[in-house]
Amino acid sequence: MHNPQLNKDGELTHLLSIEGLPQRILTQILDTAASFMEVSARDVKKVPLLRGKSVFNLFFENSTRTRTTFEIAAKRLSADVINLDINKSSTAKGETLLDTIDNLVAMHANLFVVRHASSGAPYLIAEHLQRIGRDDVHVVNAGDGRHAHPTQGLLDMYTIRHYKKDFTQLRVAIVGDILHSRVARSDIHALTTLGVPEVRAIGPETLLPKHLDKLGVHVFHDMNEGLKDVDVVIMLRLQNERMTGALLPSAGEYFRHYGLTPQKLALAKPDAIVMHPGPMNRGIEIHSAVADGPQAVILPQVTFGIAVRMAVMSIVAGN
Amino acid sequence: MNIEIKNGRVIDPKNGVDRKATLYIVDGKIAGLGDAPAGFSADKTVDAAGCVVCPGLIDLGARLNSIEAELAAAVAGGVTSVVVPPDADPPLDEPELADRLVHRGAEIGKARVLPLGALTLGLQGERLAELAGLKKAGCVAFSQANRTVVDTEALLRAMEYAATFGFAIWLQPQDHWLSRNGIAHEGEVSSRLGLAGIPVAAETIAVGTIVQLVRDTGCRVHLTRLSSAAGVALIQRAQHEGLPVTFDIGVHHLLLTENDIGYFNPHARFSPPLRAQGDRQALSTAAAAGLAPICSDHTPVGADDKLLPFGEAKPGATGLEVLLPLTLKWAEEAKVTLPDALARITSAPAKVLGLASGELGVGAVADICIFDPEATWQLTPEALKSRGKNSPWIGYMLTGKVKSTLVGGRVVFEA
Amino acid sequence: MSSHPEVLPDAEAQCRQLAELIRPNLSKKPALVGIYSGGAWIAERLRELLDLPEEIGLIDVSFYRDDFAEKGLHPQCKPTVIPFEVEGRHLILVDDVLYTGRTTRAAINELFDYGRPASIELAVLADRGGRELPVAATYGAWAVELNDNQNLVLAKQDDGRLVWRMEHA
Repeated sequence: MHNPQLNKDGELTHLLSIEGLPQRILTQILDTAASFMEVSARDVKKVPLLRGKSVFNLFFENSTRTRTTFEIAAKRLSADVINLDINKSSTAKGETLLDTIDNLVAMHANLFVVRHASSGAPYLIAEHLQRIGRDDVHVVNAGDGRHAHPTQGLLDMYTIRHYKKDFTQLRVAIVGDILHSRVARSDIHALTTLGVPEVRAIGPETLLPKHLDKLGVHVFHDMNEGLKDVDVVIMLRLQNERMTGALLPSAGEYFRHYGLTPQKLALAKPDAIVMHPGPMNRGIEIHSAVADGPQAVILPQVTFGIAVRMAVMSIVAGN
Repeated sequence: MNIEIKNGRVIDPKNGVDRKATLYIVDGKIAGLGDAPAGFSADKTVDAAGCVVCPGLIDLGARLNSIEAELAAAVAGGVTSVVVPPDADPPLDEPELADRLVHRGAEIGKARVLPLGALTLGLQGERLAELAGLKKAGCVAFSQANRTVVDTEALLRAMEYAATFGFAIWLQPQDHWLSRNGIAHEGEVSSRLGLAGIPVAAETIAVGTIVQLVRDTGCRVHLTRLSSAAGVALIQRAQHEGLPVTFDIGVHHLLLTENDIGYFNPHARFSPPLRAQGDRQALSTAAAAGLAPICSDHTPVGADDKLLPFGEAKPGATGLEVLLPLTLKWAEEAKVTLPDALARITSAPAKVLGLASGELGVGAVADICIFDPEATWQLTPEALKSRGKNSPWIGYMLTGKVKSTLVGGRVVFEA
Repeated sequence: MSSHPEVLPDAEAQCRQLAELIRPNLSKKPALVGIYSGGAWIAERLRELLDLPEEIGLIDVSFYRDDFAEKGLHPQCKPTVIPFEVEGRHLILVDDVLYTGRTTRAAINELFDYGRPASIELAVLADRGGRELPVAATYGAWAVELNDNQNLVLAKQDDGRLVWRMEHA
């Protein structure tokens, strides 16, 4: 089956998912991001790479934070950025997703950054662009349903590489609501592709997808066991709506079992880093003493995120 | 009108016939095979050289959204009788609606229309529809299509009531609670792609409940579109017990699995969902063993309803015109003989319905399908008469092409 | 100008030549900026030969190239590192081969995003003509004429020596 993210030369032309990307491309993105980190440190934080290009932020699901990071990244590449809040405009008038895309292509869009509540929506757009012969228009997935959030996965990898250098010696634990988490899926694929020998998933059975072992992940239900000797802890956000159904009894009980406290973190390696995709729920999945502690690298993640998104946009826009 | 069909390979699975012979039709009925009936002189001769002559296909599930196009599609696919589920708009829950549908079908004069009446008003699963009235209007049985009766008491009462009159109930076994949010089989693929899952337990729980109610009420139940190995195993156990339970399998479930979702292909969205390889294998084994008929579960869906993200796309595929080639494809893969394969789409569904058709014995109605088993054709939207161009097989080459279809001795389709 | 050379000259010797050309102008305390990868090696040589105390700047012009639309982003770009204040400095940009002038243009643009230098000079090991922009080398060790299908490449051997290689398109 043809991977719709790659062009006929095997180069990245859309970023839809980490799954199916070769290590070579992940490394290229991380290396390029390192160059953009350098740019971000200058007085003039802008390069002319995407001058004259139009980047459309299509957020069918609200996320001011993610949208902002893409906006900053695109602007630092000198692109024109147009933010569309789709919730309120076209879909309410009965326009379909692909109608919207056709309209924006007619306005000479060059790159779509797409956030959508349905898993796979960016694939639909990429396949449509191919069908209408517009291989010069690119799609970057900014989070689709529970499926993937590849730029978050990549910035997590950048963070890990920054602090830990070598992926092939690491033990990484992902903690929390993996079932509903697109970040977790992207992290798992990225970690295994980059050669991390042990990826652990920690959570109650209600928040773990079935067959995680098929993705190369070791499942733990007991956080004390799962955190033992890990180098990296990736905490996931627990959405409030998970509390209201039958998945979990209460925030308090969740925090007692799966909240990251200084005591539990002490089970990890002394130099373990703590990551979180944000926004954090303090006192639900993470104790403030950890979130603000010396092992947390949550704010550097945000900084790296901009460089990673610059790298992704400049690579796909060039292919 | 007297018709002779010459030079064809006549396959009549019910009567164990498989030989090259001439088939004679007099006044819409089969009048002879091999030997012409006394005094026969043909008004029309059909040359079936290189073709198979078999009973017209009986499809246990086909939605007729635009009835004229879909009935034309049926006969183009060799299907001479279609069972229509009641989930039309409006649902088939009043005798007048059933009456109108039957008459409209007769007026069009292509495939025979066998409606399933709604078991409950509006398919809401609460109040019983007028079953006896619907039956009188031509409904062959009663069904909820692919909706569930959430209230088990309502289901029990419906089965008791149906048993009173000796009516059969057709149910698609799917637990409401375990399937309401799901869009794909809960398994490896749904985990990977982040699609909300429907566990196999959604099917087995429903089968278990229904089987118990059959045991208690004696109601005859046909379970539609089984999707899992465990579900099939439960039904087989009930059958061994002697309970009046049958089931069918959608042809797509014999050929496809969750892996065919690929990169979110909306054409691989079905209800019930395509399941794992082991499930497909069990369904195939059951069909090969003759435990269940095969149907198309024809669901024509407009292009706009499929050009959506996987979870928002409507489930189902067009089926009437691919039932035969896909059944042949399955038979080849499963090493099932041609007569056995044809039995699954002719005599086996006839048996579920209690119909006398689905065979070519002398005296049977002359519902006949003549097809070239070697002819290959490409499935394109243009090649389909159905309004539904939605198929996971678009672009594929299919083998087996219908040349001619007869209903009641009338030629209703010629390629 | 040497025309279509049969034997390629010694690049290390040319580095020494280039250093001697620059030496008379050291009073301005210029900073060296090498363009990846050949220019960076040469700049490092020049720093040793001229005994300059300061670390050299390294520049990767990938983000400033004018052929992004045709070729996309170079698959292996390296971070630009300018370890000194550009504002008000005299800079010597160092490259291995001067050809169309487009790389030089890109490098100058990038340097200006670090600040306004007092001046920029250009030092190259080889000048093969074929300019498409009004760019000229301030210091050049070797003027050479090549066919369009010839590609002069500076390589670093395992022992660290710089050598010329000729590639044919």
